This record gives sequence, structure tokens and C-alpha cells, in this order.
Amino acid sequence: MGRKILFVTTDQQRYDTLGCNGGTLARTPVADRLAADGIRYERAHPQSVVCMPSRATMLTGQHPATHGVWMNGVPLPVDAPSVAAVLHDHGYRTALIGKPHFEPFLDPFLRFTENAIAQQHGTRPPNGTHRGFEHLEFATHTPVGPLHYARWLLTEHPEAVGFFYPVLDGALQVNAAGDGDTGAPQVHVNPVPREWYHTDWVADRTIAWLDSLDERDDWFCWMSFPDPHHPWDPPQSELARIDWRDVPLPAGYPADAGEREAILERKPRHWKLWYDGSLVSNYEAPAEWVPATLTADQVREVNARNAVECELIDEALGRVLAAIDRRGWSADVDVMFTTDHGELQGDFGLLFKGPYHVDALMRLPLVWRPAPASAPSPATVTAPVGLVDLAPTFCAIAGLPVPEWMQGKPLPVDDSDADRRGFERVLTEWDSELFGVGVYVRTITREGWVCTAYRPGTVHDGSEGELYDLTDDPLQQHNRWDDPGLRSVRDDLLADLWDNQPPPREPRLQVEAPV
Amino acid sequence: MARGSVRREVRIRRPAAEVWDLVGDPARVHEWFTGIVSCTVDGTNRQIVTGSGLSLSEQILTNDPIQRRFQYRMTNSLFKEHLGTLDVIDLHDGTCLVVYATDADPRTMALTIGGAAGSALLALRERLEGAV
Repeated sequence: MGRKILFVTTDQQRYDTLGCNGGTLARTPVADRLAADGIRYERAHPQSVVCMPSRATMLTGQHPATHGVWMNGVPLPVDAPSVAAVLHDHGYRTALIGKPHFEPFLDPFLRFTENAIAQQHGTRPPNGTHRGFEHLEFATHTPVGPLHYARWLLTEHPEAVGFFYPVLDGALQVNAAGDGDTGAPQVHVNPVPREWYHTDWVADRTIAWLDSLDERDDWFCWMSFPDPHHPWDPPQSELARIDWRDVPLPAGYPADAGEREAILERKPRHWKLWYDGSLVSNYEAPAEWVPATLTADQVREVNARNAVECELIDEALGRVLAAIDRRGWSADVDVMFTTDHGELQGDFGLLFKGPYHVDALMRLPLVWRPAPASAPSPATVTAPVGLVDLAPTFCAIAGLPVPEWMQGKPLPVDDSDADRRGFERVLTEWDSELFGVGVYVRTITREGWVCTAYRPGTVHDGSEGELYDLTDDPLQQHNRWDDPGLRSVRDDLLADLWDNQPPPREPRLQVEAPV
Repeated sequence: MARGSVRREVRIRRPAAEVWDLVGDPARVHEWFTGIVSCTVDGTNRQIVTGSGLSLSEQILTNDPIQRRFQYRMTNSLFKEHLGTLDVIDLHDGTCLVVYATDADPRTMALTIGGAAGSALLALRERLEGAV
């Protein structure tokens, strides 16, 4: 028997939502315990700040330019390389339970494999595995569509389907409405019983799959919670955990509108254009919502709901770990906890996500608790790492060589290891083209600096950029791009950024759906 | 702006007339458009059924074998406006360019249908060029 792997992902969760990362709103004792016993990463970045490209990176160990999922709506080819396939080929039992999103959800033609498998084939893919997974049970943010959770709820509790927030509005745009106390977008009072909510369903199905395995099996289980991604509609029964009126405003949210707008004015144009409602560059935020209308109370309410969802995830993870313990596997299980990207959550007066490469979206929770039987030394890693490093890490845990097609490296176990193996930089990219608006962004994070270059696009001429000193300006409110005193720093970072761009997939894949 | 316009195209190394024989026949759309599982045509009315079981009504607006242009409109209440345009353009070298344009309000549907059309065109090319 070898080491087993529980890969836990959430969706759109900020670094500072975990207690071990300094978060004070949500109670996350399970993740905090894993961090105390394992390795906590303080500078883990995604290679894309939206779901599909980022998830494809986690699966393939490749940057978005290379795996080809350059924006949401571009399906990852079914024959793309997969770490799950590598593990399965070496005897691992494999499952993906929860949110996949390697292919678009919006699929009236049912032509995307994930949706078709869920509707037509139950939990076992027709060819034995799909992307290396032998067991599939899918969920997303709402119980609508062909995925397993939606079908389960419709069958078992049809009265609850209508309890959830409609993520899309009548025009199939991301919904701008909200019916909480403050009118914040995507906040909704959901009377669904907690045990029917997708967070607990994902944990329940994970436990059921683990219970189906032989004691001697090695396994790789990707448990993928759809929360705390909007909509913020956790079960109503849980809302009393955190009264939004008691929630302090985030440090990244200047309460004074003039101050907010001055910060935005120092950034490339698309920031303020979105804030003003003049530009919608991407599908991931409500097109009808104008960020400038966001109120302090709305920020509080969104943060409260988000924290409730984080607590439910933590408790669900605790149940799964208890089930693993009951099977007698605890000493041999590696647990990796992370998310696909962050959430603006009020920073700069903004919500949701988009082409904004700042900590709100890029700094991720990442905790690796190696199998206790491997006698790990608890550590905090400050060196930059990426989600691109996860797949190689899973190979290393399984004792397998890292395939050449993976572009990351097994995660360092401490900063000395990071120094020794050259964890100097992490790259993040954004490309989007939506109804005539193109945005193209490349970012490098290195030695305490974040440097972002904008390629020519609809509102950028190629000269714009952002440069932040993460030590002196942790909230990234002072753009130093044009600071003549930092020209050599900027030039050095840009040279490194361009020297290390991953090879692009040719020909470029097409956008086939909005999301 | 509520209306969206999405265009996809593919060059197929087969004569335009041969390609038009297939895509210009409204009753054969389910043979090449991935995700459409069946269709019936009654005059200028076409009813398609998608892979998810969705039944959609369409009105055929243009079917011009000389220009090799086919146009249709989806008439379901989901759309405030829709126009689909399929052109087969002879490149006079034994190949042709097939262009599928989708205009729709809500614009999200332009990308949903246009994206599917792009995928269908790639499958069409594979089918026809593979048949050489």
C-alpha cells in the first residue's frame, strides 16, 4: 500500500478566510489543524483567476497557455493530460466528487462530456475512466442542469430546487439581483435544510465512495466544493452563526468613496471603467451590476455569508477526515487543501472576479498535510508556488516520476527546500474576448513584488501595467508602475516574465459557451 | 448592449457544392450539428431537439442554393431576437469556406449557439475531409 491522497478544493475562496492565515471571521479549525500538522503556503497563486483555466491547470500541471483553456467557456479537450490518469494507470482508485468545470456548464445541446456523462451514465464513465477518474459525482452552485447533485435533489427533494438562488437571470447573464438584508447581488435567503445543501452532499458522496473501497486500495479523491463561490445562499438555518452587522469592513475596502476611486485611478483603465459601469470585460460578474453602487453594508453581508459557507466546508471536511479515520487510513493519507482562485469580496469596492491580478484573486489558501506516516515536519513556506505545482506533487506523493508534460514542480516542504529547488517566481495569466472586448494580462510574482503587464487590447495600448511592493503595500493600493525610481525593478521583473512564458497551444482552442 | 453577434468559420477541402448538399438541406442538420439529435421540417418551420431534450422551434428565412446561404430564426420565447446565417463560399480551388454567424438577444445565447456551431463546423470538416 502507498500513500492515499485527498485533494480538497473549494471555489473562489480568499487566503484570509482561513483562521491559520489570519482570518477572524470564519471558524476553520479543521483546516487550521491540517496546517498546524503540515505545510502552510503563504504565497500560493493560481495560473488563472477564473474557474475553468485554473481547474485545468490543477488537473494537467500545465499553464493555461499550454493546456489551452485560455478563458471560461473554452472546454479542456477530453484527451488532455491528467494527473488522475497517471495515478489511475499506476493502480490508484480515482474519483472526482463535486464541481468539475473542465467544460462549460451552459450546455443546451448536451455536447460536453461532463454534462453528458452525468445525465446518461450515472457515476461510472462509459469507457472506464474520464480524465483518469473512474468515479464521478458532479455538483455546481445551483441544482439546475444535468449534474448529479441537481438530479439527486430533483428526485429526492424536488420542493427544494426552487429554494436556491438563480445564478443566471432571464437573459442568461450572471444575476445582479439579491434578496438579503442589504440588496447585495447574489445574496439570497435559502431555506434548504443543511443536509440537502451541496456542501454536505459533496462530503456525503465522498464518504460513500471511500466506504466502497477495499481497505488495501490506494486512492486519489478530488473532493471539490462549489462554495464559497457566489451565489451567497448558504442554508438559512446557519445564518445566525455570523451577524453581518457585526462584520468589520475588510482592510482592502476603503469606506470613503473618494479614497476608493483615487486608488482605482492609479490602476490601468479597465479597473475604474468597470467600477463606473462603463465596461464589462468578462462574464464572471453581473453585467447589469455597477460596482460603484456597492455599499459598506453590502460588503459586510457578502463577507458574512461567505464566512458561513467557509465554516460549512470546514465542518464537511472534518466529517470526511473522521470517515477516513474510521477506515484506519489516517496515517497514510495526504490532504491537500486549496481553491481555484480568490474573490474580490469588497476590496477596492469590487466583488466577484475579473482581469485584476491582486491578492484578493491571486493569493490562495494552500495547505498540505502530508501523510503522518511520512513523518512530515510542520512548516510555513513563504516562497511563491502555484497550482501548477499540485499535479507534480501528487505524482511525488505516489512515488511516481513527474511526467515531462507537467510544467510545475513538486511543492517545497519548507523555504530551504524552495530555495534549493528554485521556487523564485509564480506566473498568472488572463486572456478574455467577449462581445468585442479583449483583455490580455500577464503577471509575475517574485521577491515580494507583483508585476502585471497589459498586452494591447480593447482599452489597453500595451504600455499599461501594475507594480506593487507586497511588503510596503500589502493591499496593492499604490501602483508603482510609472515610478522612475523603480524602473530597474520593473524592467527586471518584465524580462523575467517574458523569459518564462509557457509555450502556447496551437491552434488556439475556441470559446464554445459563456461559462 | 443586449444583442450579441458571434461568427465561426472553417475551411473545408471539399467542393462547395458537396458541402452545400449537406448543410443546405434543413432536414439534415442533425447529421452534422453536434448536439442536435433530431429535426423535422414542415415548409418553412423546423423543429429541432437537442441532446438535453430541449425542443426548439425555428423559422427558415433563406435557403438560396445559388449563393449557398441558409438563414433561420429561433422563435422560442427565450429569444427576443435571433438570426442564424450559414454561408458556404467557394474558394475556387476545390475547397470552400463555411461561415456560421449567430446574432441573438440575449447575447449569451449568441455565444451558446455560436460556440456550438463552431464545434459543429470542426466536426463537419473532419467528416467531409475524412470521407475523401
